[in-house]
Amino acid sequence: MRTICFYFQVHQPFRLKPYRFFEIGDDHYYWDDFSNKSIIRKVAEKCYLPMNNLLLELIEKHQGRFKVSFSLSGTLLEQLEVYAPDVLESFQRLVATGKVELLNETYAHSLCSLKSKSEFESMVNKHQQKIKDLFNGYTPKVFRNTELIYSDGIGKMVHEMGFDAILTEGAKHILGWKSPNYLYENALEPKLKVLLKNFRLSDDIAFRFGEKKWSDYPLTTDKFVKWINQIPHEEEVLNLFMDYETFGEHQWAETGIFEFMRHLPEAVFSKTNFGFNTPSEVVAHASPVGNINVPTPISWADEERDLTAWLGNDLQDEAFDRLYELENKVKKSKDPEIQRDWNYLQTSDHFYYMCTKFFSDGDIHAYFSPYESPYDAFINYMNVLSDFILRLKNEK
Amino acid sequence: MKVLMFGWEFPPHISGGLGTACYGLVKGMAHHNQELIFVVPKLWGDEDPLAEFVNASDVEIDYRERRFRQIWKNLTYLEVSSFLIPYLDPEEYRKYTQRLKEDNEGLDESVLSNKFSFSGKYGKDLIMEVSRYALVAGQIAKNKDHDLIHAHDWLSFPAGIAAKSISGKPLIAHVHATEFDRSGQTVNQQVFDIEKAGMEAADKIIAVSQLTKNTIVQKYGIPESKVVVVHNAVLDTSIIKSKEEKKVPEKIVTFLGRITFQKGPEYFVEAASKVLGKDENVRFVMAGSGDLLNRMVQRVAELRIGTKFHFTGFLKGDDVDKMFALSDVYVMPSVSEPFGISPLEAVRHNTPVIISKQSGVAEVLQNAVKIDFWDIDAMADAIFALLHYEGISRMFKEMGREELKRLKWEHVAERVIKIYKETIKK
Repeated sequence: MRTICFYFQVHQPFRLKPYRFFEIGDDHYYWDDFSNKSIIRKVAEKCYLPMNNLLLELIEKHQGRFKVSFSLSGTLLEQLEVYAPDVLESFQRLVATGKVELLNETYAHSLCSLKSKSEFESMVNKHQQKIKDLFNGYTPKVFRNTELIYSDGIGKMVHEMGFDAILTEGAKHILGWKSPNYLYENALEPKLKVLLKNFRLSDDIAFRFGEKKWSDYPLTTDKFVKWINQIPHEEEVLNLFMDYETFGEHQWAETGIFEFMRHLPEAVFSKTNFGFNTPSEVVAHASPVGNINVPTPISWADEERDLTAWLGNDLQDEAFDRLYELENKVKKSKDPEIQRDWNYLQTSDHFYYMCTKFFSDGDIHAYFSPYESPYDAFINYMNVLSDFILRLKNEK
Repeated sequence: MKVLMFGWEFPPHISGGLGTACYGLVKGMAHHNQELIFVVPKLWGDEDPLAEFVNASDVEIDYRERRFRQIWKNLTYLEVSSFLIPYLDPEEYRKYTQRLKEDNEGLDESVLSNKFSFSGKYGKDLIMEVSRYALVAGQIAKNKDHDLIHAHDWLSFPAGIAAKSISGKPLIAHVHATEFDRSGQTVNQQVFDIEKAGMEAADKIIAVSQLTKNTIVQKYGIPESKVVVVHNAVLDTSIIKSKEEKKVPEKIVTFLGRITFQKGPEYFVEAASKVLGKDENVRFVMAGSGDLLNRMVQRVAELRIGTKFHFTGFLKGDDVDKMFALSDVYVMPSVSEPFGISPLEAVRHNTPVIISKQSGVAEVLQNAVKIDFWDIDAMADAIFALLHYEGISRMFKEMGREELKRLKWEHVAERVIKIYKETIKK
């Protein structure tokens, strides 16, 4: 059966409070509880709650034929526990239907896979444990790395941790003439299957849906189904990967995004020969067509589909290197607050805020940043990191 | 003897050092019972009542006076849109020019009304305000009896010139900074012209340092004999004992000021990197904001000293005192600083200072390390020495304190009053 595989990324970082030089050595609490709480509540009302309800409704309506998958970051889950237990409950209800697959990621939605194998493993395990704890012993089988960051080497590590498959971006520069609509294998470990995002059709929903200047505006289910039918018959899997906040937050309810999703499954069932599968089912049913070579890391971000949204400029590299040189010291510490802050400080969003690619993708970066400029983001992060370093030094 | 003085700002509503200097001078004058009419574009009502204040915004201009028309005619050339705010980033620049376009349509109207409401700030309509201020100054010179006119910096030079043309009294131009200090070699021609006109129209020029006098003579072609140097002073020479406790184990080296070309922030960053290469137990702090801030942040990241070099942003009131109090060494690496009061503030907080030879304050403060602003090796050396060799920093603290006591505004006012008398006599 030909199949559509929906995967939604759900993540919120712990944002830092404005932390001044004068506070270094004195104030060891870094997190902006007020803004974190208000953002979670806002997104809960606009996106998480209405969309979860809609998905639940669709799963019931189509009697198990409609399925989706999620990756819920650890920092999100922690904030849901405190600020939005209603949302957590509704995710639990969704998972209990058996038609929702949960994926494993790094606990703090971090970039550690690029820096430290040991930290990567420990963050993956920590996330797995959290999922088990909150979802009735659920154990994810498929992995997705932060921002779909992937390379042959990362795939190898993921395979060694026991996963069957990994999700990543169907970036043009790695695919060349190949289509993302097949199942692939990791170039080093063929047992690890690779699912590639169809970025054109995914981004039609995630980015272009409400864009009035887009020549295909407005996007209707009829139109979308027509495009699905244009996919060559031998191509089996359509991977639609996107941020969950697409629904109601990036694309407001007024754009009709919820109505689009409400009618999409029905249109797919009646007008195409596609069904819906979760990543594990795709791996079980589809046969891989070959391996995919990704020698240098890719991601799903920006036009370049590389790492430059988080790493590469001097601000980001300085912050990143200074953070990870602390790993050994942190591992020796038994202080739970040190462990907590170490996790939260690794969240990729902090590095995203320091991105200086103003002129191409700066708009979307500015939208997500609580800072006025990447320089402000750096200054604040480094002040916090300086205090964190002092705390580590004062241990023992 | 009654003096008509034109300023631009007066505490507590100030954004630059000019307001503080005017305040000190006026206070010193009051100490000697010198009669003074102090004019500012905008009064807020909470100024210290040290002089007879005139709010230029309240003055009604009598347009029937023919001489005003002459002044106005001479001033209209200033009205051409000019980009006076020297450091705009592209985004600000776009907003600014956009606003300018919108505003220009309403320009003529305000010329015709009898009063002009000044903002008294350094905003986008600065040149317009400067020229209106001059027109109002003519009216004030007609209304108020006076024996001498004293104008501070280019912002009030056109006012001084206008007043002189109405009353015929002698004019003293007080130069706190020149366009060369503000903008380096890319001077704004319009500002330069106003400065030069003011200096030429003046009967005497007061420069805040020998350094500034040299600029006036060399760059503006003013005869040496017309310029006298009168250094600034500090408002309060008492030593501040702070209860502020340091929360970090490292010593703290501070730069405090606008982060602009004139202040030489990049030399401080480079010197910091050199010191950190030898000694890890130091933190550097750059306090302030300005158009070079982002470049400094970038450089700190490049040098990989981000966990030992901090930025505070613009500091106000108590935070400035706090910063001085926490500092073990204060550095002012100015490329060009007509005077520079902040090292004296550091001395009040018992903090040893390193200042550039290219600052006016270097002429009055003996107990400080003086270096060329560009000599980052010497700067790094000096920082290291003051941090590690207790003897030298103790000596600077003690002797600096003594020196400070001699830098009082009463002394400055006394000298200025003497200059008034000599000028009137001529």
